[in-house]
Parts: sequence; C-alpha cells; structure tokens
Amino acid sequence: MSTAETDTDDIPLFAASRKVYPQSVSGPFRRAKWIILLLCLGTYYLLPFLRWDRGPHLPNQAVLADLANNRFYFFFIEIWPQEVYYFTGLLILAAFILFLMNALAGRVWCGYLCPQTVWTDLFLAVERLFEGDRRERMRLDEAPWSFDKLWRKTAKHTVWLVIAWWTGGAWVLYFADAPTLVRELATFTAPLSAYAWIGILTFTTYTLAGIMREQVCKFMCPWPRIQAALTDDEALNVTYRYDRGEPRVSFKQAQRLRAQGAPAGDCVDCHQCVAVCPVGIDIREGSQLDCIQCGLCIDACDNVMTKIGRPDRLIAYDTDGNVKRRLAGLKAIYRPLRARTLAYTGLIVIVGGAMLWQLATRRTADISVLHERAPLFVKLSDGSIRNAYTVRLLNKRPEPRPFALTVDGLPGIRIEAVGTAPTADIRPIVTVDPDSSREVRVLVTVPAGITLAASQPVTITASDLFAGETVRATDHFMAPGSHP
Amino acid sequence: MDQHHDDPKVHALHVDPVTGQATTGHEWDGIQELNTPLPRWWLGIFYATIIWSFGYWIVYPAWPLLTDATKGAFGYATRSDITVQMNELKAQRAALAAGMAEATPEQIKADPALFQIAMAQGKAAFGDNCAACHGVGGAGAKGYPNLNDDDWLWGGSLDAIRQTILHGIRVAGNDETRVSQMPAFGRDGTLKREEINAVANHVREIAGLSTEPKANLALGRKLFADNCAACHGEDGKGNKDMGAPNLTDAITLYGMDMASLTETISNSRNGVMPAWGGRLDEATVKALTVYVHSLGGGQ
Repeated sequence: MSTAETDTDDIPLFAASRKVYPQSVSGPFRRAKWIILLLCLGTYYLLPFLRWDRGPHLPNQAVLADLANNRFYFFFIEIWPQEVYYFTGLLILAAFILFLMNALAGRVWCGYLCPQTVWTDLFLAVERLFEGDRRERMRLDEAPWSFDKLWRKTAKHTVWLVIAWWTGGAWVLYFADAPTLVRELATFTAPLSAYAWIGILTFTTYTLAGIMREQVCKFMCPWPRIQAALTDDEALNVTYRYDRGEPRVSFKQAQRLRAQGAPAGDCVDCHQCVAVCPVGIDIREGSQLDCIQCGLCIDACDNVMTKIGRPDRLIAYDTDGNVKRRLAGLKAIYRPLRARTLAYTGLIVIVGGAMLWQLATRRTADISVLHERAPLFVKLSDGSIRNAYTVRLLNKRPEPRPFALTVDGLPGIRIEAVGTAPTADIRPIVTVDPDSSREVRVLVTVPAGITLAASQPVTITASDLFAGETVRATDHFMAPGSHP
Repeated sequence: MDQHHDDPKVHALHVDPVTGQATTGHEWDGIQELNTPLPRWWLGIFYATIIWSFGYWIVYPAWPLLTDATKGAFGYATRSDITVQMNELKAQRAALAAGMAEATPEQIKADPALFQIAMAQGKAAFGDNCAACHGVGGAGAKGYPNLNDDDWLWGGSLDAIRQTILHGIRVAGNDETRVSQMPAFGRDGTLKREEINAVANHVREIAGLSTEPKANLALGRKLFADNCAACHGEDGKGNKDMGAPNLTDAITLYGMDMASLTETISNSRNGVMPAWGGRLDEATVKALTVYVHSLGGGQ
C-alpha cells in the first residue's frame, strides 16, 4: 500500500505568502544603503546622458549599445560583434567577484547592490511616505475602504508606476542617442520598440519591486542556493551571536539575574530585528536561505542595546566559527586570508589581467584572406600564374584609413586589388571607411619562369599609410606544380 | 485504507520529529519528504500559463485536419512572412537596380558602392546563368573560355564584354552577335593530311612549343601565311575584332597538343554562347559585365 496517495489530500502543498511590513530603522547600515541606492540609481538614470567625443563619424554617447550598427560603446572602448568574448570575460569576472564577496562578507550583493534590493528599498520608502510606518500600514490594510485609504493607496501606486516607467525609460536610452530619443518619446515619434520596452520594464519594475519584493529573492533567484553551498564557517555573515544573546530574558529579569551572578543573555526578545527585516525572517534562527544580509537588523538591535545600556553588535557581521569558539571559551579570530579567498583573488587577477592585456594590445585594424577556389589558379598569356583572393580589411578607428597592400613569399610576386583607383604609390591602396570593413578582390601574380610547387605559403600585408599599423595574413599560392 | 485515513494518529505521524515540520506523507525506505509549500502565486502563474496556451490555438495554425490544419484567427503563416520579406528585398533591390541601370559600366566600376552591389549581383547572376559552361568562378573548361585570365577572343574591355553578353556568340538571327568562321581545312579538302600536320607543327613552333622531328616547318610556315594569317596575323598573334585567337601565348581554348590542333585545323571549332540581351534585364547585364571584367582579366 502506498501512503503517498492516501494521505496528502489535506496537507497544503501551496501557501499564501504573508505580506511583510518592514519597519523603518536608522543606523550606519541604513545610511550606507541609502548612499549606495543614490549612487546606483543616479548612475543608472543619468549615465545615458553622459557624452564622450569619438570624432565626427561615431556616436558621442559614453555608454551605448548600438544594435542597428552592431557596436557597443563604453567610454573609450568600442566592441565589435566578433569581440563579444569581452562580455564573456566580464561575466566570468563578475562571477568570481561575487564568489569572493561571499567568501569575505556573505551576501553583500544581495543586501546592498542587487537591483531587486535597491528598487525594493526605493518602493518601500514611497510606501512609507504615503501609508506610514509598519504599524500604520498594517492597520491601513486591515481597515475597511475609506477615502483616506483610497487616496493613500492610489498615490502610492501612482508614484510606483512613475518610478517604474522612468526605469524603463532610462533602459531604452542605453540603446539609442539619449537626448534624441527623449525628444522623440516626448513627441510620440520614437520607434514602437522603444515604447514596448518601456512598457515591459514598467511592468517588471512595478511588479518585482512593488508587489513581489522578497518573493523574488526567496523563490525566483538561484543565488541563495548557490551561496549556501559556497559559504564556510570563516565567512563573515550577518549573525545573531547566540553565545551572547541566549538565554533570552526580559531586561528586568536579566538585571535581577546578573545581580545574583547568574548568567543572562543580552537578547530581550523585543522582536525589533524581525520588525525591520525586509524579508520577514528571524535572524536569531541562524543563517538561512531567505536572509539577504542587508544589515538592517544590526541597526535595529544596536538601537535597542544602546537604550538598555548593553554593548552593541549582538547581531553583527561575524562568523559561525567565532560563535562556536566563544562558546568554547576561545578567542574569536578573523581569517579573511583563506585558501578560497586567495584562490578567488588569484582568479580575478588572472582573468582581469588577461582582459586588460587583451584590451591594451587590441588592434584597430584586421585582415582576413580567403583563397578563391574556382579557379585555384589561372595561367596568363605570358605564362605567369595568378591566384585570386578575397581580402577583408577591418578599420576599427573613427576615421577613414588607407591601407597599402603588399605580398611576399615568392620572387617577382606582385599584387593588385580589383576596383581600387591607381595612385602614385606602386602598391594598391584600399581605403576603408571609418569604423567599418571592406572586401576587395585581390590578384596575386608570379611571373613565368619561377619554379612553383602545387602550393606554397605567401603573406599578404596591409599597412596603414598614416598610423603605421600593420596587419598580415598568410595563405597559399596555388600553381599547376607537379601535376601540369 | 479508509480506516487508515480516519485515524487521527496518522496525521500526528506526518510531522518530522527533528525539524517539527509537516511532511508530505511520502516515504521511501524510511526517508520522508518535508512539506515546504510553494507560494500560491507560483501555482497561479502555472494555471495562468495553461490558460494563456489556449490563445495559441486561436491565434496560430494549430489543429491538424484531414487535409489541412486550422488557419488561426489572423491567417498567420510562416510562408506569408517569407513572402513579405522577399517583397521587401525585391523593393530594396529595385532601388539599387535602378541606379545600376542608369550608370554605365565605367561609372559602376568607379563608384565603390555601386561596384560592391554589381559584384554581388553579378556573382549571383553568373552562378545562375553562366556557371553551367564557364564554371562557378569563371574557371572555364576545354572549349569554354576561362574568364579569369587576360586573354580574350572578342576583347576584354567593359564595352566588349557587355557586347558579348548581350548578343552572344554565333547566335542565329542576331545581327550584332559575335561571328567568326574558321574553315574546316581537312573536312572541306582544302588541306591534305600532311599539310595539316605541317601547319599544326608551325603553330606549335610560333607558340614556343616543341615540334615533331619529321615536321616540315617550311611548308607549315607557307601554308599558314596563305590560309591562316588573314585572320590570325602573320605572327599568329590573333585579331580580337575577328575573334581570331592569339596562337602564340600560353593560353589555349581547345588545346595545343598535336591531336587537338589537328582536330581544330581539320574540322574547325564553332563554340556558341546565347545572347542574354533579351533574357536578362539591363542592370543584371551591367552587373555581369562588371563582375566578369573584375575576375582578373579586364582590360
């Protein structure tokens, strides 16, 4: 008999989520979070308007993903589609930095930097502005509908929608010239896709930061699961120091017990840490998946400890190892230099260094050569042998560049480029437009009388006439060789 | 089973003693599954996606019928998407083709943008119309000229190439077609077998190739001057106005070995090429002209 089928009927497999009403709190962590919020959102909303001069042929927006022309601009860096590995490198770097942050001080990303946290914080501030603090909000939600409730709720949702709309509006500015697009958006002449993206991001911002909030972190985000597997006993985490806090007793009883010389914990069970928690958990239950480690419970507890005249940081950035050590009567030790932090730092240095080296030695020109296959070679009337190649020249600089083509590898070998105007230079000159590539048919000829094998290597070189940059590619020169 | 269900103790058993958390009641070899309920909105989204999926049935072709399938509310089909895209492409190309039709081949060659289009369009048109005889890249074969080299029967200038493409070679009924008629000296009985052999050896001699030891080169020289020089020239360097090939260079259409030469002199060669003037539009002919001219031998 299977118990599975018979006994699950009345067990709830799905639970209605409990709304969290985080209470406002003040303290150094709250202050730090406000500053980070201003910096992050300020950067996000204003960065598209920052200009960066790249000359007359290229856009002057500092950060721009120019999808129509397949270019990505980031200040002095311009990325072509074939250089997408820079983004791969950035993602690898981001992952290692996340791991390092986690090994040093837990979920720094989740608590302070994650867009979900930052926008939720902003939306909560708006909620507080119209509906008051924790208790007022709880009362308002329980109260029957009235004019007061109606206008407060309406105002809150309106401001939320405006912020969400602005978030989507800023997003699209990264994909087109920002001042132009703003003007187009205002006069309703912008492309339809811009309005669609603003609509999508308005919806997601409003829903995720206003409605879903901690549900995103608890049920949608994979990082809590990964983080739990990556942390160790020596990583700093927002920790309730139960060695000091337990047993929980009221303030008065604690005084009494201490007067008698009996042990008493510092935790007065005031639930302030729970009231301020944006994910609605009790940090005293220990490290848990739901905790985003924003540090607000540290501020809340410190305020209480100061009031009752006990030392602060009953909740603090501490390690599981230290709590156990103190319980065993040992001294706390902090070990930021551990095998894993050193390994992550090493990986960050290697990946970051490789990317910087790559960027510093990056060429602004490139050449690729493709041998014509039909025919592989051609005999001319004077008996010389000619091969044709398709040469693609890349110019990543913001001005037009003339490249002189030369070829070597065989005696008497000469090169011409079909469709280039003859110049005083004996070498064929191929001018490539700014920030683009050009394909030319190139003919390479070896005079009669040179002994040729069926295939021999030749090198085609393109030299920038002014900047002096030289790129070369090696291909084969085919001839009748041993099979006439 | 029912007894089991009614027993209140069973429910008490469905709490994990270690965590104090309810279990789902599932048990495998003594391992129980803790019940960690998903949020209800998650379930809601699941049902919402099911309802949403009905929309696809209505909007898109979905249900197979006996000979067909349901059409979808807006008549959407990937085929019509392609038609739309093909029409857009045609409209784009029409604008380019207009530019091409107005410009002369020289102007196309001088304008980098037009030149690029002509090369692309010419390559495609060449593959469709010319490659069957001349080969994909114009490499040619015996009897079909290689268009990459610098030797031309009828001239390698842009104008000459365009003329050849428009009117073809030996096209009956076309007044402007390229025509030359080399006599079949052997078949017509003009030259005897050993005379043909002498001429063939002479041709090899002026081409700088080896001759047969027993060859009568003096006879060959005389017969060549009498019969061939009118078109091919005294020195055998040919005449492009008459389509008479240069016999002294390193390039040959039908072969310079004795067997091929004997065959050529005896029976003549009369290669043909269609006139493309009526079949291809003006822009395509110009694109082909520029493309062929740019293969490597253009003059």
